[in-house]
Amino acid sequence: MIESPIHAKINGETLNALPQDLYIPPDALEVYLETFEGPLDLLLYLIRKHNLDILDIPMAQLTVQYMGYVEKMKVIKLELAADYLLMSAMLIEIKSRMLLPKPTEVAEEDDPRAELVRRLMEYEAIKLAAQRLDAMPMVGAEIQVASAYFQHISQVKPPEVGLDDLLEAWKNVLKRAKLNQHHQLGRAELSVREHMSQILRRLSAEKMVEFSALFDLDDAGIPKLVVHFLAILELAKEGLVRITQQAAFSPIYLQLQTGEPE
Amino acid sequence: MREPDNIQEMKQVLEAALLTAGMPLSLDDLLRLFAGKMERTTLRMLLDELKQDWADQTLDLVQVATGYRFQAKAQYSEFIARLNPERQPKYSRAVMETLAIIAYRQPVTRGDIEQIRGVAVNPNVIRQLQEREWIDVVGQREVPGRPSLYATTKYFLDDLNLRSLAELPPFEEFTQSEIPLSE
Repeated sequence: MIESPIHAKINGETLNALPQDLYIPPDALEVYLETFEGPLDLLLYLIRKHNLDILDIPMAQLTVQYMGYVEKMKVIKLELAADYLLMSAMLIEIKSRMLLPKPTEVAEEDDPRAELVRRLMEYEAIKLAAQRLDAMPMVGAEIQVASAYFQHISQVKPPEVGLDDLLEAWKNVLKRAKLNQHHQLGRAELSVREHMSQILRRLSAEKMVEFSALFDLDDAGIPKLVVHFLAILELAKEGLVRITQQAAFSPIYLQLQTGEPE
Repeated sequence: MREPDNIQEMKQVLEAALLTAGMPLSLDDLLRLFAGKMERTTLRMLLDELKQDWADQTLDLVQVATGYRFQAKAQYSEFIARLNPERQPKYSRAVMETLAIIAYRQPVTRGDIEQIRGVAVNPNVIRQLQEREWIDVVGQREVPGRPSLYATTKYFLDDLNLRSLAELPPFEEFTQSEIPLSE
């Protein structure tokens, strides 16, 4: 850590210590967060930025700085903070273990920082490997694969056809044609809705109409009659007409539905 | 059917096939060109000669993981790239780091990747790599939950112009040498 006295004025205020490099305006933190790939990445940044020895990390210093970040993070992007909080716990644990009085004989592996150092170094190696992979020439970018055009011709020989085969086929077609009859299917532009309106108009004029009188058998073709019938069913369904019959096989009458159903 | 009866013609058959295949051709693929009337050793020799023949031409005959292919020599790359001004979007750091972990530490589970990177793996990252056909699932680790084990594919090697994983930059290049922890 640099301790030398500094005399500088910023916004009229005398600065007698190096500005904490770690200070990030809250507005900018979100941008910073995007650039870190996680707590290990952030720790590495802090270590490298301050030229700390990764193998002899000053835990107190690092933990304070790290926690500063995480506090800001919690305010801005809570969902991101979980992984970072886990690391805080680890840092604090290491720090407290280092404060404990040590037995006289301390094996190297017992350094509480060992696991963190191992993970930091492994992550750093992967980070560098990723950068290297990214820089390698790749197909689709720096490498262009040759692909000369070639019309792949099917090697399957088409079957040979003689005049007799053709005649035979034609006869078969004729034979089958006799079995088949053509039906002309036209699209009838008949609207059930339109017929519903017609019926309603007629019922409002004539009050009560006998069912069969609704069908004009001379003028209409079958499609029209069907649509007309569908229209009656539709009207009944929608509760717009009442259909009544006194007894079985007696005439059926239609009238407009008026007021409350009985 | 007629068979090529001299070296020159055999090489021409190989060349035409490799140029039009649109993907790398393996030795087995190339042997099929000669209807079983070709020795593997002869084929290798012919491929070596073909490579030499193209040495001062515009294309390189290279061997990648899935076979042989012709590709433009590197010095033409920047010109050819101008034909497609829309550069391929770069993968995010998360994607590249995940790829590096799978490449160097395979087969790995999602948990392994999270352990190394210290953050949860975004399923989108794995999906992007699978869609590119650079990684696939090679099995399950026999632990509770049977997590999928991911590995890189041959297409990943093809796209990086490599024949095998051994041709990746050695991982030691990226690790600092161990220094004992001081008191």
